[in-house]
Amino acid sequence: MQATPSENSTTFDADEVAKFEAMAAEWWDPNGKFKPLHMLNPCRLDYITRQIAAEFDRDLNDTLPFKGLRILDIGCGGGLLSEPMARLGADVIGADAAAGNIPVAQAHARQMGLEIDYRNCLAEDLAEAGEVFDVVLNMEVIEHVADPQAFLNACKTLLKPGGLLLCSTINRNPKSFAVAIVGAEHIMRWLPKGTHDWKKFITPDELVELIKNAEIEPVDRKGFVFNPLLWSWSISDRDLSVNYVTASVNRA
Amino acid sequence: MDNPRTVTIVGFMTCDSDILIAGGGLNGPSLALALADGGLNVTLVDAAPDGARETQGFDGRCYALALASQRLFQAIGVWPLLDGNAQPILNVKVTDGRAGEGPGPFVMGFDHAEIEEGPTGYMVEDRFISGALREAVERHPLITKISDAKAISQQVDGAIVTVGLDDGTSHTTRLLVGADGRGSGVASRAGIKRNGHSYHQTAVVCSVAHEKPHNATAHQFFMPDGPLAILPLPGDHSSIVWSTSDDTAARLAGLSDDDFMEELRPVFGDFLGDISLSGVRLTYPLSLSLAEHFVKDRLALVGDAAHGVHPVAGQGLNLGLRDVGALAEVVIEARRRGEDFAAVDVLARYEQWRRWDTTVMSAGMDGVVRLFSNDNPILRAARGMGLGIVNALPTLRRNFIREAAGLTGDLPKLMQGRQI
Repeated sequence: MQATPSENSTTFDADEVAKFEAMAAEWWDPNGKFKPLHMLNPCRLDYITRQIAAEFDRDLNDTLPFKGLRILDIGCGGGLLSEPMARLGADVIGADAAAGNIPVAQAHARQMGLEIDYRNCLAEDLAEAGEVFDVVLNMEVIEHVADPQAFLNACKTLLKPGGLLLCSTINRNPKSFAVAIVGAEHIMRWLPKGTHDWKKFITPDELVELIKNAEIEPVDRKGFVFNPLLWSWSISDRDLSVNYVTASVNRA
Repeated sequence: MDNPRTVTIVGFMTCDSDILIAGGGLNGPSLALALADGGLNVTLVDAAPDGARETQGFDGRCYALALASQRLFQAIGVWPLLDGNAQPILNVKVTDGRAGEGPGPFVMGFDHAEIEEGPTGYMVEDRFISGALREAVERHPLITKISDAKAISQQVDGAIVTVGLDDGTSHTTRLLVGADGRGSGVASRAGIKRNGHSYHQTAVVCSVAHEKPHNATAHQFFMPDGPLAILPLPGDHSSIVWSTSDDTAARLAGLSDDDFMEELRPVFGDFLGDISLSGVRLTYPLSLSLAEHFVKDRLALVGDAAHGVHPVAGQGLNLGLRDVGALAEVVIEARRRGEDFAAVDVLARYEQWRRWDTTVMSAGMDGVVRLFSNDNPILRAARGMGLGIVNALPTLRRNFIREAAGLTGDLPKLMQGRQI
């Protein structure tokens, strides 16, 4: 049964979804509109795979280290994270509120020989349907939702006991405004103008508070730092000033 | 022939192997071992019959393995199979010479004691490296070797490459690697153009026995016709790489062994006592050949297929092994992340890593050869001064030694003696 996003839900923002539909076909062009995401992807994947491997005691040198794990990729877009998870052996559901992303993601997965269950739905639709997961990926999504607390409450329902929530977003401070809005959208034109609304950005302390309110336990936080000299991203223990990621565990 | 097929399954699509390597020389098997150690299924296609590469005379070359290359061989389990046949190089002496006069005054010397890492490198004959690689490849459960066969076609379809061999079989894989030398068929079938030129020089290669011990010292004489390298082998033997004009090389090739030695003796000099020929003489025309791209979607080139350089300083194999270390690291790390390791944006990381290094190295060696291969008295004076200055400056000297040991630049993990 195919779920459809409930348009009157608290986390659905129609303008945000329409923005991404327009970009759907560009998802898999490494030099296209999602170039910054493609550049960030190895760094994000390093964090995601290591956290999952540590939490579920898996060896990343195995051929299919995530076999048997059920993973939800919220805001899956073209499948930039869903595909790697499937390739590592996980059963993956990719959910996106923008309907246009789904056929793009499906076509690409087919071409790659990967089986991924892509659905045009919201996190809370899946929560209502009673779906549960070992891992919920919530990467670069929360800054686009209308009600972050309601969204994280839905994530809590989606986690099995002991399940892992990985959540990344952009900090809110003068530097993140300069880098993510002025730099990425206006100067470098990496992202279309208006991709991000700076007022929706969340500080790490605010995010940790929201996660705790959802009764999920934050266990780790790191920064994703772009080095313009090396032209690449790396993970930082200290610098959470722009892009950052958190890991949290559903203890009960 | 016994070729058990390994099958990898991702989703519902299957492939005979994760990676197919065309080329069974030295870089191909080294890459196969590095990738298989990372858990990938590899098919290795070798044009030579099994074991043929170890017979004396198949390839009479010796290699000056840089310390970094030795570490890579250690990391992929090959070094213990060949270190009994390896001669450490403890000193390097570079001299400007003139035909008929023997080596000129000593102008620059490197001593391994000046860097903390150990010997600058090791001399090993091709057949011993080939033998060690064959043994390690045979032992590895994730490598399937197909001998006496050549890749003759390739077809990319989505995420799968189908490679046709001249034995009539075809094999599916995720990534095709061309380790098939400077005439790379993999590269030309993919439409990758090459740039380069001939040096109008030919390397005459042979081994000599000598009366006096070589004291683990390598010599490079820059002669007007081209450089002469004398490289220590186990026992009182040395390997000779005499690079000279095509005409001179053709004349030398036509001489009897005795007449050849009469020509070599005055160039070689008498510092090791009397010398005599040991084994066969071989000739290799020298040229530079750079591929315009090292990668394409589902395809990568390593070694001479990417960059054939002038073999001065023995950097050809060392550069190739850097490719091996870098490509294995990029592919294995990408696979661990769940990335599509054969996608062109992943392979581009390998190209970015290696392209600059390779271009600098080939341009550098090109310059060295052009500067030293002539008899202009002003350039001779400048050369002597240049070498003298380098000799006088300890920091610069150490950098030269570290460069020769392959310890400069962004080293792949395997070349730092670490696992990927």
